[in-house]
Amino acid sequence: MKKARKITALVLALAMMMGTSLIATGCQKNETPVTPSKAAESVASSEAAPAPAAAEGKTLNIWVWNDEFQSRFNDYYPEVKEVAKDKSTTTLKDGTIVKWTINANANNNYQDKLDQALLAQDSAAADDKIDIFLVEADYALKYVNSDYTIDVKKDIGLTDSDLANQYKYTQDIVTDKNGALKGTTWQATPGLFAYRRSIAKAVLGTDDPTKVQEALSDWTKFDNVAKQASAKGYKMLSGFDDSYRTFSNNVSTPWVTDTTVNVDANIMKWVTQTKDYTTKNYNDKSILWDNKWQADQGPSGKVLGFFYSTWGINFTLLGNSLKTPTKEGGKEEVGNGAYGDYAVCQGPQGYYWGGTWICAAKGTDNVATIKNVMKTLTCDSTIMKKITTVTQDYTNNKSAMEELANSDFKSAFLGGQNHIKLFAAVAPTIDMSKAGAYDQGCNEAFQAAFHDYFNGTVDLAKAKANFEKAIKEKYPDLTAVKWPA
Amino acid sequence: MQSENSPKKKKSIRYDKWGYLFIAPFFIIFIVFSLIPLGSTVYFSFFQYFRQGLKIIGPNFIGLANFVKLFQADLPQYLGNTLILWIVGFIPQIIISLLLAAWFTNERLHLRGQSFFKTVIYMPNLIMASAFAMLFFTLFSDNGPVNGFLQSAGILSEPFSFLSSVIGTRGLISFMNFLMWFGNTTILLMAAIMGVDPGLYEAAEIDGASFNQMFWRITIPLIRPIMAYVMITSLIGGLQMFDVPQILTNGFGTPDRTSTTMIMYLNNHMYSKNFGMAGAVSTVLFLICAVLCFIVYFIMTRDDDSAKKPRKGGAHK
Repeated sequence: MKKARKITALVLALAMMMGTSLIATGCQKNETPVTPSKAAESVASSEAAPAPAAAEGKTLNIWVWNDEFQSRFNDYYPEVKEVAKDKSTTTLKDGTIVKWTINANANNNYQDKLDQALLAQDSAAADDKIDIFLVEADYALKYVNSDYTIDVKKDIGLTDSDLANQYKYTQDIVTDKNGALKGTTWQATPGLFAYRRSIAKAVLGTDDPTKVQEALSDWTKFDNVAKQASAKGYKMLSGFDDSYRTFSNNVSTPWVTDTTVNVDANIMKWVTQTKDYTTKNYNDKSILWDNKWQADQGPSGKVLGFFYSTWGINFTLLGNSLKTPTKEGGKEEVGNGAYGDYAVCQGPQGYYWGGTWICAAKGTDNVATIKNVMKTLTCDSTIMKKITTVTQDYTNNKSAMEELANSDFKSAFLGGQNHIKLFAAVAPTIDMSKAGAYDQGCNEAFQAAFHDYFNGTVDLAKAKANFEKAIKEKYPDLTAVKWPA
Repeated sequence: MQSENSPKKKKSIRYDKWGYLFIAPFFIIFIVFSLIPLGSTVYFSFFQYFRQGLKIIGPNFIGLANFVKLFQADLPQYLGNTLILWIVGFIPQIIISLLLAAWFTNERLHLRGQSFFKTVIYMPNLIMASAFAMLFFTLFSDNGPVNGFLQSAGILSEPFSFLSSVIGTRGLISFMNFLMWFGNTTILLMAAIMGVDPGLYEAAEIDGASFNQMFWRITIPLIRPIMAYVMITSLIGGLQMFDVPQILTNGFGTPDRTSTTMIMYLNNHMYSKNFGMAGAVSTVLFLICAVLCFIVYFIMTRDDDSAKKPRKGGAHK
């Protein structure tokens, strides 16, 4: 008996040691905070697949925060040979392996992880160096003005004629102080107001986009419709942050100058409107991306509309409108939930929302592949037209978009509307001149600080103080916050 | 004869050597992975050292400026939050654990299915705190099952936003901590109670003591060391509470930072890799922890003298 026990104890101890040593060596230490309210999935970054021990440039490391670009790449890049079953790598026809590293975006997490990796770029092994990373409008300038992105024209090799068909604003925002173009994008992101046709009919008597637009063409009329909707038992907006972008994109000063945060008067208008809507019950008190907000976009929601930009419509709204999600076998067709029950109009104010740019990292060893990726996905009219037709994403190609706008392109999801036409009208008016490097932190901290105010937990002064506290924690180099009179 | 003396000397030195050799690995690892980082944390708390995007600022020596900023930035509030969250969870925990431990070890009661109950009450401790918090987040959200149930049972007409109210959020966090730890505490206290000499209980019964008297006069005083251990470890754990409130409130400690604990505040500084401020918070937390633990320890162990008195005069009462 004693011997048996000794053997058992030894075996168990060995098993435990092996187990812990496997865990220690196998996984990379990971601190991604789990965000319950984030719809977009986010998987921990992993270094699992060993890169083929071949010559330099055999691994293309792409850093992203969700699978939007991954899907575009896998579906539309002509050089893709096959995609791994767990989607963590993609193999190209010439043998290059594309490794995807996904870090969640919320709370500056993606930026943090990216910064850490970029700072170590020089000492990283050739196959571990970041080759491509994506940046969002909210923080594009930070990377554009740094040395970690390389010139798309001079170093990658894209020519002016290649880039001629892109919307100018998409190039302006990623042009650094010396005039070098540091990134390129496949999408333009003008914003519209997406409304439920059935609810619009009930409230306004019509669901025709032109007539609905007349009823919503400025903020006073918008507020009026909110009142009407409420009288009929509907909500105008779902959450507190829904209309934020329309206000934050039309400010007159950037968020931060030197080390002072300037809260623009237009943003305070958002605060006033949302407080008003919340008290009068015109909104459903949800928070962007949380479960209630997503449910409101589905067939059981009683919300009239959502402010969405191009990517939002196909990437978020479409999925949320289905009654049976595609994961459970539902199809994206009329009859499945609110598919087909949406339409878009311009809304009370023009705006843009986000946008993703592809940047090449300094120290990359895959320049030729990157040039090809950028050329096909952000400059090639045929491919970009296909992307729009199939996914309904609005691509960064003037000629393709105008072609579609003037064609009889119909979107089944939007009940047969040609929304490209509306987007094409708004796209040239986008002004990104007030974008800055601190935008993501400021936007998120501001919204979070004022949620308490809308809920009635704190008063306006306390909410302002909370914002000041939060922003100074996020960005310790900022010293003061200026509020409008 | 001489050979007897020299082996003795050799034996004592040899034993010493082996003793030090066996405890050396622990100390080496402790020094490298705990003591040195502790030292460097305290060291950096006197510096301005953070990362702004892709630039690293510092380290610049600024003396006690970090600590001053700390106290101006509501550190007392976060400390208060942490203590409140801990106490509201700990008091039910210790009461119920004592009760359960007393019942489980009472041979008179002879509860059935004890192993089943012991397993079940310990299970919440095995769940990852983050998964647990996510579960509660979904359960108590505005359109979640709890609100749905309350509405259909007619108790509420509109969903009550648990996570937007101070009492709701703090209550949920304390409740979760309670669920996770009361099993562990029960087992510990059971072990402590079973270590008390049953002869004492028999003697008390013969003298006609009631269950209550036996519990308060015999059990509690004799398990004081274990209770002190439970209190201290719970206090340390409570001061370092992080995962549950972080996940439940998505890092914001809403509403109005009433559920922001010290470590959550520390974590906020880690976003900008602010080693200066983070070091200051850590140092302050360490000092507070040490002071509180000493207080608890001395209260718990000093009363051993007074514990002897009831025993002497117990027979008369």
